[in-house]
Amino acid sequence: MTTTWEHEFNTPVFKGKVSFPTGVFVDGKFSAGSTGKTIDVINPTNGKVITKIAEATVDDVDRAVKSARKAFDTVWGLNYPGSERGKLLMKLADLLEENQDEFAAIEALDNGKTFSWAKAADLGMSIGTFRYFGGWAGKSHGKVIETTEDKLAYTRHEPIGVCGQIIPWNFPLMMMAWKLGPALATGNTVVIKPSEFTPLTALRMASLIKQAGFPDGVVNVVVGYGHTVGAAIAEHMEIEKVAFTGSTLVGRKVMEAAAKTNLKKVTLELGGKSPNIIFNDADLDKAVNWSAHGIFWNHGQACCAGSRIFVQSGIYDEFLKRFTAKADSLRLGDPFATDSYQGPQVSQIQYDRIMSYINSGKEEGATVHLGGERHGEEGYWIKPTIFTDTKPNMRIVQEEIFGPVGVVIKFENEADVIKQANDTVYGLAAAVFSQDINRAIETAHKLHAGTAWINCVNQLHPEVPFGGYKQSGIGRELGEYALDSYTNIKAVHVNLGHTI
Amino acid sequence: MASVAHIPVPRSNTTIPVPTGLFINNQFVPSLDALEPIKVYNPATEEVLCEVTSAGEKDVNRAVAAARTAFKTTWGKNVTGFERSRLLNKLADLMERDQQSLAELECLNNGKPVKVARDFDIGDSVACLRYYAGWADKILGQTIEVDRKTKVAITHPEPIGVCGQIIPWNYPIQMWAWKVAPALAVGCTIVMKPSEITPLTALKLSELVVEAGFPPGVVNTIPSLGSVGGAAISSHPDIDKVAFTGSTITGRRIMEAAAKSNLKKVSLELGGKSPHIVFESADLEQAANWAALGILYNTGQDCTAGSRLYVQDTIYEKFLSLLAVKAKELVIGDGFDEQTGGGPVVSKGQYDRVWGYIESGKKEGARLLIGGEKRSTPGFYVDATIFADVRPDMKIVKEEIFGPVLSVGKFSTEEEVIALANDTTYGLAAGLHSNDAGQCMRVSQALDAGTIWVNQYNMLNNNVPFGGKKQSGIGRELGSQALDEYISTKAVHWNYGEKLEWPL
Repeated sequence: MTTTWEHEFNTPVFKGKVSFPTGVFVDGKFSAGSTGKTIDVINPTNGKVITKIAEATVDDVDRAVKSARKAFDTVWGLNYPGSERGKLLMKLADLLEENQDEFAAIEALDNGKTFSWAKAADLGMSIGTFRYFGGWAGKSHGKVIETTEDKLAYTRHEPIGVCGQIIPWNFPLMMMAWKLGPALATGNTVVIKPSEFTPLTALRMASLIKQAGFPDGVVNVVVGYGHTVGAAIAEHMEIEKVAFTGSTLVGRKVMEAAAKTNLKKVTLELGGKSPNIIFNDADLDKAVNWSAHGIFWNHGQACCAGSRIFVQSGIYDEFLKRFTAKADSLRLGDPFATDSYQGPQVSQIQYDRIMSYINSGKEEGATVHLGGERHGEEGYWIKPTIFTDTKPNMRIVQEEIFGPVGVVIKFENEADVIKQANDTVYGLAAAVFSQDINRAIETAHKLHAGTAWINCVNQLHPEVPFGGYKQSGIGRELGEYALDSYTNIKAVHVNLGHTI
Repeated sequence: MASVAHIPVPRSNTTIPVPTGLFINNQFVPSLDALEPIKVYNPATEEVLCEVTSAGEKDVNRAVAAARTAFKTTWGKNVTGFERSRLLNKLADLMERDQQSLAELECLNNGKPVKVARDFDIGDSVACLRYYAGWADKILGQTIEVDRKTKVAITHPEPIGVCGQIIPWNYPIQMWAWKVAPALAVGCTIVMKPSEITPLTALKLSELVVEAGFPPGVVNTIPSLGSVGGAAISSHPDIDKVAFTGSTITGRRIMEAAAKSNLKKVSLELGGKSPHIVFESADLEQAANWAALGILYNTGQDCTAGSRLYVQDTIYEKFLSLLAVKAKELVIGDGFDEQTGGGPVVSKGQYDRVWGYIESGKKEGARLLIGGEKRSTPGFYVDATIFADVRPDMKIVKEEIFGPVLSVGKFSTEEEVIALANDTTYGLAAGLHSNDAGQCMRVSQALDAGTIWVNQYNMLNNNVPFGGKKQSGIGRELGSQALDEYISTKAVHWNYGEKLEWPL
């Protein structure tokens, strides 16, 4: 017996009824978890329970892996031509597009981001990502390699097999698309664990995946806790690859578990403390707008958030003035109100974490230039917060806060700011603002980050790779590069005449 | 001439409406040149199906102008890969939706059986459109290491521009898809001249181009005579590239015209006289099936037709008997009949040509195994014809016949048959059957052809490149290579750190 969720939306931006199974999705079927227990899904605007969903367990992971293995050996993998895999991914994208409003509403309710951002960014990118990778299916070619006349040497690009995927709560649906797209396009089968904080769009996707026609077992969705289901995936002897997006702390555990068990392939998409560098000759108003987008988009809950804003001394005062005004003008409100920019943070735990960083900033002597406190009576809203007068070793400067909290730091010269920008264990992204394009490019090239934005921030496209240097991650998502993480390369040597 | 012809579908009460004007800027329009309309025939009945507008030079100019405007404003660099992908996928969906009526129209105009047109020609064409739709947002340039302190070098793969495309009558829909898909995926605009013998499905597909949502001018369709439209396209000063599939003799004229006018880029998909080799270790039953397919598929009207069969002496007579039986099993007849596996040849002209070769084979002393007799009933039918014991100097061995006429020769050693196989100015395809893996490798390496089939024949895949060596063509279609034919690479050298000292 599976759990189901029925809900009537009656909001200014979306009205409609949703109804779908929320059980453990293995082998094309929804069911209760092996213990029958459930997980409460919480509404971050008021802390109340939206619904209870089935809790998946270690036994359910085993079941899922068996189903994924069988599917890989019989109906998926190289048994299913690339052009057909592409067709299914396109169908999935079409279905998601048809139902995009419903998905945006569910995402807004579950995660707290506004309906309009969910529709514009999360849905747009998710649909585009499925289509982009659907187009890659069947196009990952091996090579024929010249060696000697008495040999034919070539490579085959084969799918790895059963892949475990563990995704976070900040962009629940979009992270699912980023993971499923390349894995399925290349012919792998998947056991995916959405975050227990935000499982609803992933569970709705499970029904869509079935509707699109993917054979049973190709995608299995198991919602459970990190220390049970997440660990089970990282440790499983028959999962041959694990892809994780989340905190650096947990990323280490995943990699450790992989190393201790079967040396499964690991890709990680971890945290960041991305620098946003604004030179004197930047277009000031544009830099202000982009910087606000850099730290306040998605309530600061973005791995690539431009959370350390370095402003050159010549424009520091003016920038700070305009940036503060901009941050102050952002409307906090109900995710379903037409004029809300920012909803609540995703959970009580995250709220507490962020507030604790804000307190640490105050305690360590930084100035709260704006915000620094709660908004509203219930739910997990935090006001857009700006710290100034910081020192490099402060926790709010070194550690990832994952909330709407930016630190603004004055700098004098190029060499100094590049050094400060790179002085972090992270290396996910960086941004440079300058109207002198030569200097902007030169600076961007010197920053140790997997994505460098010039005169923009937080721009993502399915076609362009994304991933971290240093402790921000291993491997790349999006773009052609994403396929590498899901491909096993076999070199075939055919002897045509060499005797020994 | 009516602007819409209503073509009756045999064995039913329905008709298929086909626009008969020239398709320019998303509209069907009359000709500015007022040439004699083109009579379109049904090769199974020899009767006229309808008339369509024949484009003249003024019409070609108009179509090119429309394509140029679209390239500069709504297409080319003004449209994202994502959008091009979306539109191509939509076009594929529409072609799939209309597959039955398109297949019926293809059968009426070309003669091939409805089920073959639907399941193979159209099925593969839909997949081809989807394949290139997938590429549209993945056309990547490179960043190239030069001097990190001073310079960045990047390449932009840009669409070439306005492309003239001239397609033949043997696979009207499929040749259309092979040309249109990669060109649009890259961002080029098109002036398409379908064959004057088989213009109907190209006109019908133009309606789908509108329905899919392509902006006006992106695809233009102008049926015309080769000597008029084909010549105008290949010499046009504002067409940036011409892609032609057809005979080698016409291919030469196109390349000459391109050279003499504006040095437009040229890709050619020409004729073949492809060798098909059966070694003694082969599975003879299977080899006979593939050999029959190789010469009888599409009634032999295939540039890759395995029209020269070489059988190893130790199995020669045995294989010939086997093959003769297989060849006779194919029902050549009315394309609306479920039993039919092959149709008539496409036109009177082709009919006469093919019979000319059959007579020449008889005259030059080849052994006629089966066929060689004309039917007395209407329709341009040519039954399967096999000549054995051929010599390399015979006309039927040297020249492309383009009909269901097979020449069979004998060989004893591998070296001998490789020499025989490669002794041709063509180089489009080749096939070999053998159970000796070493032999398969050696022979496939030695044969001079763009496509080699091992233990198979005639099976192509949309993601595998296809094209000719030697006088069978220039460039490749299908696979990712097809995109290169429509891309012009721009290298950008961006200096950000070097100050030039002057004088040097």
